[in-house]
Amino acid sequence: MADGSAAVTDMETAIDRSVSDGDSVYLAGFTHLIPFAAGHEIVRQEYTDLNLIRATPDLIYDQLIAAGCASTVTFSWAGNPGVGGLRAFRRAVEDDVPHPIEIDEYTHFGLTARLAAGARGLPFMPVRTFVGSDLPEHNDHIRRVEDPFGDDEIYAVPPLCPDVAVVRAQRSDASGNAHVWGIQGEIPEVAFAADTVVLSVEEVVDEQVIRSDPNRTVVPASVVDYVVEEPYGSHPSYAQGYYDRDNDAYLEWDEVSESQASIEAWLDEWVHGVADRREYLEKLDSDRLLDLEPTTEYATPIDMGGY
Amino acid sequence: MTGTESDADEAIDGTDERAADADCDYTSTELMVTTAARELEDGESVLVGVGVPNLACNLAKRTHAPNLRMVYESGTIDSDPTSLPLSIGDPVLATGAAGVVPMFEGFSKYLQGGQIDVGFLGGAQIDRHGNINSTVIGDYEDPAVRLPGSGGACEIASNAHRTLVITPHQERRFPAEVDFVTSPGYVDGREGREELGLRGGPEAIITDLAVMRFDEDGELYVETLHPGVSREEVRDATGWDVAFADDVGTTPTPTAEELRLIREKLDPDGVYLE
Repeated sequence: MADGSAAVTDMETAIDRSVSDGDSVYLAGFTHLIPFAAGHEIVRQEYTDLNLIRATPDLIYDQLIAAGCASTVTFSWAGNPGVGGLRAFRRAVEDDVPHPIEIDEYTHFGLTARLAAGARGLPFMPVRTFVGSDLPEHNDHIRRVEDPFGDDEIYAVPPLCPDVAVVRAQRSDASGNAHVWGIQGEIPEVAFAADTVVLSVEEVVDEQVIRSDPNRTVVPASVVDYVVEEPYGSHPSYAQGYYDRDNDAYLEWDEVSESQASIEAWLDEWVHGVADRREYLEKLDSDRLLDLEPTTEYATPIDMGGY
Repeated sequence: MTGTESDADEAIDGTDERAADADCDYTSTELMVTTAARELEDGESVLVGVGVPNLACNLAKRTHAPNLRMVYESGTIDSDPTSLPLSIGDPVLATGAAGVVPMFEGFSKYLQGGQIDVGFLGGAQIDRHGNINSTVIGDYEDPAVRLPGSGGACEIASNAHRTLVITPHQERRFPAEVDFVTSPGYVDGREGREELGLRGGPEAIITDLAVMRFDEDGELYVETLHPGVSREEVRDATGWDVAFADDVGTTPTPTAEELRLIREKLDPDGVYLE
């Protein structure tokens, strides 16, 4: 766990120092703020045998699976949001391509409850879900326990503490105090649950910007190990207020992912073929990025009061 | 993302065919949207999915239920989208919302805490007791088809005060028993659900052929047939000998105003309606 003095560094260094073969890795984000740049760096550094964890594995996990990085996928909904199925994931599960993967399956509440237990140092979290479902038969991490204060039983899940989490935020200070607005997904839980946290932000800002609005700090510096300033680091996912989802890329992925070979060609061009996110952005048509720019809609400033 | 997202997309497959059969000026998707919208009451909190459920909730909000609170499993509370969201994590659902909470808060405090009146569900298979499969076709360990999984569907089915299902009506989607129970309906009957201590339960299944509800034992029956649809068609598209209400009626058709709102305001580009 970090000691409150996160290192500001580049993505290549942050991933190199954080991730090892065989680690459990959580790239957080519910449609919003997905760490695509970090995922591409993991592919470039050719890690293997990772347990890739995320409630909603989408395109970046399809890319990591097809690249051969994963031995296990821990998840609760595996699809291309708003488009359809996740083809590389399905090929791995149904046909062992490019190699077999284990799956560790939950529901959204079950998985986020595991993170919540991990973040809070609890041995388990009781949940009112799974009753009447077939999922507990196939997952030993979902068990019935007695209510210590009553006669009923309830399902419970154990804590989940990934070795490494990459979380994105719109902005942070150099210490890693991060403001997130818009959909937060599981970012607040996984940042506290993971052993090592890489924080990747659109902008590193002056500490006073963060301190002017302390309620917006979702990830505190005390849990962050590395801070990486990576503009457009979530493309083709989005960063609320900065750029919209590149929906064409999600639709295109449905075609790119039709075969293992076409994914490998895509990875050669867009991941191995560029040194970093900066080269990736230079390779993208700049009009494409401009088209994703939202109009402005500021929140009304609040008065914290000076005392 | 629940089963609701991909299933809502699937729910619009091949729907225009029926509209032609019915010799009318609305599509089958539009009929499903208006039928679902009418199930919602003003002031309710509804957990929305994209596609048809999203259109239905927005239509209800613009007609008889202006105070409907639309909650998305991405954690946006009382969303007021100014354009059609492409997924339940779309930024338009956060801008202008009354609140945004992390996923764990949404599922634990809002849904499990009993704050959600209605949830929408979909799935690859639905059985006679309203149990839903959005996990696998075939054996779990060696699936013929791996589906997206529960997402939030299991907890919506377990914790909302009632659920609504929208799906195309095909025999493969309506087996007598599902291959895998992702989201419990009435399990093996109403008593079965009660014994398990589950809240709520499925209320209606809206398909492109009919509206079905559950009898006192928790088994589906056909309440209304859509205009131009015969009992035979529904029987052929259902994997068991489905029952019909004694006074099986005809599903009310969309009004001109509902169609105008859907076409001009809610989905002007025809993303879900073409």
